[in-house]
Amino acid sequence: MLIHWLKLRATPGIRPVPEERPGPRPAPWREDGADPDKVPAQAERLVARFGDAVTPVLPVFRADATAWVRRERIVEVARHLKEVDGFDFLMDLCGVHTPDRPHLFEVVMHLYASARNQRLRLKVALSLGEEMPSLTGVWSGANWHERETYDLVGVPFSGHPDLRRILLPDGFEGHPLQKDFPLKG
Amino acid sequence: MSAAPRQVVLEHTDQPDHLTGETFELNMGPQHPATHGVLRLVVSLDGETVTRCTTHIGYLHRGVEKIGECKTYLQFIPYTDRLDYLAPLSSNVGYILAVEKLMDIQVPERCRVIRVIACEIARISAHLLWLGTHALDLGAVTLFFHTFREREVLYNLIEMMTGTRLTTSYTRVGGVVRDLPDGFLPVLNEWMAAFGPTVDEFERLLTRNKIWVGRTKGIGVISRAEAVDLGLTGPNLRASGMPLDLRKAQPYSGYDEYDFEVPYAEDGDVYARYMIRLEEMRQSLRILQQAVGKLKPGPIWADHPKVVPPVKRKVLTRMDELIHHFMLIAEGMNPPVGEVYHAVEAPKGELGFYIASDGGKTAYRLHIRSPSFVSLQALERICVGHTVSDVVAIIASLDPVMGEVDR
Repeated sequence: MLIHWLKLRATPGIRPVPEERPGPRPAPWREDGADPDKVPAQAERLVARFGDAVTPVLPVFRADATAWVRRERIVEVARHLKEVDGFDFLMDLCGVHTPDRPHLFEVVMHLYASARNQRLRLKVALSLGEEMPSLTGVWSGANWHERETYDLVGVPFSGHPDLRRILLPDGFEGHPLQKDFPLKG
Repeated sequence: MSAAPRQVVLEHTDQPDHLTGETFELNMGPQHPATHGVLRLVVSLDGETVTRCTTHIGYLHRGVEKIGECKTYLQFIPYTDRLDYLAPLSSNVGYILAVEKLMDIQVPERCRVIRVIACEIARISAHLLWLGTHALDLGAVTLFFHTFREREVLYNLIEMMTGTRLTTSYTRVGGVVRDLPDGFLPVLNEWMAAFGPTVDEFERLLTRNKIWVGRTKGIGVISRAEAVDLGLTGPNLRASGMPLDLRKAQPYSGYDEYDFEVPYAEDGDVYARYMIRLEEMRQSLRILQQAVGKLKPGPIWADHPKVVPPVKRKVLTRMDELIHHFMLIAEGMNPPVGEVYHAVEAPKGELGFYIASDGGKTAYRLHIRSPSFVSLQALERICVGHTVSDVVAIIASLDPVMGEVDR
């Protein structure tokens, strides 16, 4: 075999399946014991560590664990999650322009803990004039996500090494994902 | 008035002697055959060695996320075709699974199997295109024709399935748009029987080819820690020693019922990424073979009248169904208030859709986590120290699709 050094892995716990089965595993929010009013374990640990800087979102919608984090402590929380709690991946970071809510922007992060196969969504609310602390010091992959969020949504970041527009040209005016940006030119 | 002879200054004495310390900038792209789309690189060169590489993207930006905020959930499906245009079926399935998660809809068994078939055909055809163009970039022109011969059959299959070759728009909330046609399975079976040996043939052309190994081994190495730090997923991550595959880790569409393996390698170089994708084609073939065996007659639509359109024959003959159809298409569907993130294992890696709904017929915010966007971030880091010809190999090995990067 030519591929002598290439390793193959069938993930433990998943074996060849018998012919007749009732169906695939139910979706996580339909599983037995899924309780939307219970704080997910990963958010509970955060609350125990950071107190009122973290607020879990209840009820849990479709088993997506979500927590609000206060802007001032987000870098600290992120570093703790990455270095202590095993959330090694920052899968995604995006912004939402919310002029109809009490705050102006939401920054939404999706983390993934590969060893535990667990996801966590963190959200930070920003009011007018507030800057989102950059997470590039924690995950270098945050760099382009933050540039995109700045470019399209207009969220200001502090501490980013290279905050330039990324998808739109440099001279572009405005941020198209803001709700008041016109759809027609 | 003769100019003094130019003095070569060595900045660091431990530099290799071919580095002069004097750099110049080379612009690659956006129109460049080796950048696989409208990717632009500005490369600082010292002699032929890259000292710095800056990536410029956005040439294909179409504002897909903004469009997602003003189109209904059904109307957005065609836009997902244009994300990863080499595997539109994957994007279709990824998007629709996110919407179905938002609305809590379960589709019947046959629909799940058809979606798996669609995803795996998309994966193989995307990998075939990657293999052909990657080899073409490095001078192995022959392979390109072999991979396109195989892709032709796959595209014929996609055409039978969806009615079109490229912009498939195959999935719908609660089902797929049409069942597999009669002549589909014989063509698929015939192709599957021949494809295993064909992959071996590709291997014989490249895997121990001295030029290929010389151009790819040890080039563009990404360590496991770096890959995780950057958030790489898919084959690029698995080539760096991390066997993470969402089809295993967080199965969707019934992937937990299939018996397949996740290939991974430790080296993290261009060669490892080549080996991973080659083996993935074999594993996808295994999944396809099992999926064909699982295909039992049955409904392809969920039993959910709020999202599933009525039968066309009844729409044309009966009043109630006509109104139902009209309301569904013109008004759209209203999901509950909430936000979901759902990710699938697309050919390039984790393709995630984040949908925030305020209960209206369009998404309040729709964000696409595209795997190629994240992979391209690695480029600036790993090109440094290699030559221009290696940059071409590295771009191809990361397998970016600009439709998905720029959105």
